[in-house]
Amino acid sequence: MHNETLIPRIGVVTDIRQDTPDVKTFRVVGTDGKKLFEHIPGQCAMVSMPGVGEGMFSITSSPTNTEFMEFSIKKCGTLTSWLHSMDVGQQITVRGPYGNGFPVETTFKGKNLLFIAGGIGLAPLRSVINYVRDKRENYGSVQIVYGSRSKDDLVDYQEIIDEWMKCPDTEVNLTIDREQEGWDGHVGFIPNYVKELQPDTSKTVVMCGPPIMIKFTLAGLKELGFTDTNVFTTMELRMKCAIGKCGRCNIGNKYVCKDGPVFSFDQLSELPNEY
Amino acid sequence: MYKVSADRIDELFAKIAAARTLYLPVDQNDGRAAYKEWSQGTKMSSQLNTVRSAKGFFFPQTTNLCDFNLKDKEIEVVDIRDESEDFVVFGVRACDARSFTILDKVFLAEPVDSYYATRREHGTVVTMACTEPEETCFCSVFGIDATAPEGDASCWCEGGDLYIRANTEKGEQFVSLISDMLTECDDTAVKAQQERVKDILSKLPFANVSTDYFEKNTLLDVFNSEKWAKLSESCLACGTCTFVCPTCQCYDIKDFDTGHGIKRYRTWDSCMYADFTKMAAANSRNTQMQRFRQRFMHKLVYFPDNNNGEYGCVGCGRCLVRCPISMNIVKVMKSFGEE
Amino acid sequence: MQEAIIKRAKELLADGTVNRVVGWKAGDFAYDVTPAVFTSAEELDKDFLYNDFCAPNLSKYLIKESRKEGKVLVFLKPCDSYSFNQLLKEHRILRDNVYVIAIPCRGKVDIGTVRDSGIKGITDMECDGETLTIHTLYGDKTMSHADSLGDKCKTCKTKKHAACFDEMIGEEGEPNNDGKRFEMVEKLEAMTSEERFNFWRNELSKCIRCNACRNVCPACSCENCVFDNPASGIQQRAAVTSFEENMFHLIRAFHVAGRCTDCGECTRVCPQNIPLHLLNRKYIKDINEFYGEYQAGENFDERAPLNAYTFTDCEPDVVYKRGGNA
Repeated sequence: MHNETLIPRIGVVTDIRQDTPDVKTFRVVGTDGKKLFEHIPGQCAMVSMPGVGEGMFSITSSPTNTEFMEFSIKKCGTLTSWLHSMDVGQQITVRGPYGNGFPVETTFKGKNLLFIAGGIGLAPLRSVINYVRDKRENYGSVQIVYGSRSKDDLVDYQEIIDEWMKCPDTEVNLTIDREQEGWDGHVGFIPNYVKELQPDTSKTVVMCGPPIMIKFTLAGLKELGFTDTNVFTTMELRMKCAIGKCGRCNIGNKYVCKDGPVFSFDQLSELPNEY
Repeated sequence: MYKVSADRIDELFAKIAAARTLYLPVDQNDGRAAYKEWSQGTKMSSQLNTVRSAKGFFFPQTTNLCDFNLKDKEIEVVDIRDESEDFVVFGVRACDARSFTILDKVFLAEPVDSYYATRREHGTVVTMACTEPEETCFCSVFGIDATAPEGDASCWCEGGDLYIRANTEKGEQFVSLISDMLTECDDTAVKAQQERVKDILSKLPFANVSTDYFEKNTLLDVFNSEKWAKLSESCLACGTCTFVCPTCQCYDIKDFDTGHGIKRYRTWDSCMYADFTKMAAANSRNTQMQRFRQRFMHKLVYFPDNNNGEYGCVGCGRCLVRCPISMNIVKVMKSFGEE
Repeated sequence: MQEAIIKRAKELLADGTVNRVVGWKAGDFAYDVTPAVFTSAEELDKDFLYNDFCAPNLSKYLIKESRKEGKVLVFLKPCDSYSFNQLLKEHRILRDNVYVIAIPCRGKVDIGTVRDSGIKGITDMECDGETLTIHTLYGDKTMSHADSLGDKCKTCKTKKHAACFDEMIGEEGEPNNDGKRFEMVEKLEAMTSEERFNFWRNELSKCIRCNACRNVCPACSCENCVFDNPASGIQQRAAVTSFEENMFHLIRAFHVAGRCTDCGECTRVCPQNIPLHLLNRKYIKDINEFYGEYQAGENFDERAPLNAYTFTDCEPDVVYKRGGNA
């Protein structure tokens, strides 16, 4: 009998971390205690609780992590609410990996990288940031601009402080939308912050966040002299199969699940603005 | 090429059915044709086409993908797939036969859909050449020859005889099931029929509907056309066109709690439905115009872009016949062609 | 008739009474008519059609159209006028934004009925009153107008409009009292429950859950249908079980009971030829018997029997008391 990608494997949740008031990070291994499968940074997996639903989530841990996978999930619908309510030890189903992932071994190699993320948009970038950190010698300078509504909404805050900020040749710029007690960092929206920072246009940009942030940040980057070819993002649309067959996550003739989720803006500029 | 007297068709069906499950188009009590399993006394429909296409043989309206048993925090995944029985679909028209090769490009592309693949492997498609096409037929626009249908084996009914030709290994096996009823013959009668029917086909009202516009314009030009608003304005947002269409293959996956376990099903879905792309926080196609446009862009632009120019339509005319408001792919193509 | 209608539509566009017209647009053949919005005299001249094939009920489009800028002109056949009036009653159409012209109807030719009679390759049809001449790829055929009607028209309730129009073109018709309307319902009532179950199982098993019946139905005007709610467990799309397949139509019939005007669009649009109107007619017949004659959509202000509570209302046990199979 043929293999069937639609039949999922069982994953066991071994750790749950409350990242922000509405984001939790789930650590998952197979029933044998080992990592379920290998992936490329930016790739996704279909996570499901049978009877509740199945959804596509970015694998937020780096492939260099040999022990487990992590998913950072924001509570916003039926499935995600269920996942937020479960306890350690719960089994879920996982299938994947799906999608193209970031070109970490080709286009990105040797480049100076600028990561720009807003809110839960950091989740898909965390995988590639940690991959780059673990293979630091393969990449140039790293700059991370990350913003959220408030300090409490910054995903992976501890990891950012403890690890990312201490990494060589790595600059981390955090910002929050409004003044907050106990925050002495930058305050303001990401598009403006990026303009203030005046990043060097030789950098390859990886961006993820809410559509409105993407729109204004992209415009700002263009003003600074960045070109579409050098700016990458990762997309999210409703998916059911994750293998380019169920027909709903297309943007023009490209399927986000199969041809994406990572696109450069010059690819997107040739596709309908329907996302 | 072989032939057998059409008077012996019941005997022929009995012979096929003795070896394989046999499905063929049958007139239902309301006079409309549907594929049914053959049993003694079943008569084949003489209508041109069934209301629903033949895609359901390989891509059923609902498929049970797998089952889950839940116990406390544990999940058991049950692979309920089994090898399906060998079956023959008899009397498939050229349009539907071509639809299978279009569906193959989706379901047999890596990663292979095993549910579809298994059914394809076990199914033998025996086609029937058309002799009386309808005014809604336009298969020739997509390079389909209704007088020489594809499939594992092809048949022609002419002059009181049924002519059969095997096209594939599976077709040869099919012919061998009934070989003692067949006599070898030349194709003179078939050729004469083909010539006669080709003349009718060339005069069909939609024989010359043009696809030029979609070849000469870019994806974004077609997508951004102002025509979509007018074309879609009275669309009811139902799924009739999608569900009678032989090439529409979008599906949904949903779980059904039986009370003693979860069944995960795949069901046909329609891009015309409002919640097709609805997510918890957003919907990429909020208006019926967008959803309507998606269906036709998929068939006329996206699918060809991804499949060496092959269109995702076979011109069977079912959507023309069944759309409650008579809006259809021909009207869309003609509207764009007017420019 | 068509000339008179187009002429009046042009006048109303020209004098600014309305800024657009909801009507029927000609297709490639006589029968493939599409509801459409016309905004100019040129468009009306080019494509507007009113003939024996204009079956689609335009009233439901007014939910959307009456909320757009300016006044819209609509032409309503007798049965459409009941749907319109019922929608007004349910506050779904903004009456001030609609100009209604009542137009006569003598029953619409149903292409499905013509095709099901075995006529193939229909390229054109014309009707000289009683006889329908059908031009086909395989020669001309004829059929009587009466035989060519769809179910909705064969058992039409009335050719008289509900009193909801601003003006009328042509002659007002008469209610149809030939008693045929409930004939098939009576036949079903006379069946044993097993026979009736088998009848409906056979019919409903053909359902492909395309939702055409729901989407065309003027009584189905909920902004969010229960069948579109993922949490309902009965969300649209192909039925997973035969239970869902049955219940979809029964729930829908119950929900439109007392509001269904019997326009028959559900049966007309069903690609699987399921006589869905019979479910609604059964409820209409029961309402008539339990609460007295009532025609949904006939009056704008009268309370419907199912939401008017009176001392004379029948008790629920009436269903058991009347006995029989019904």
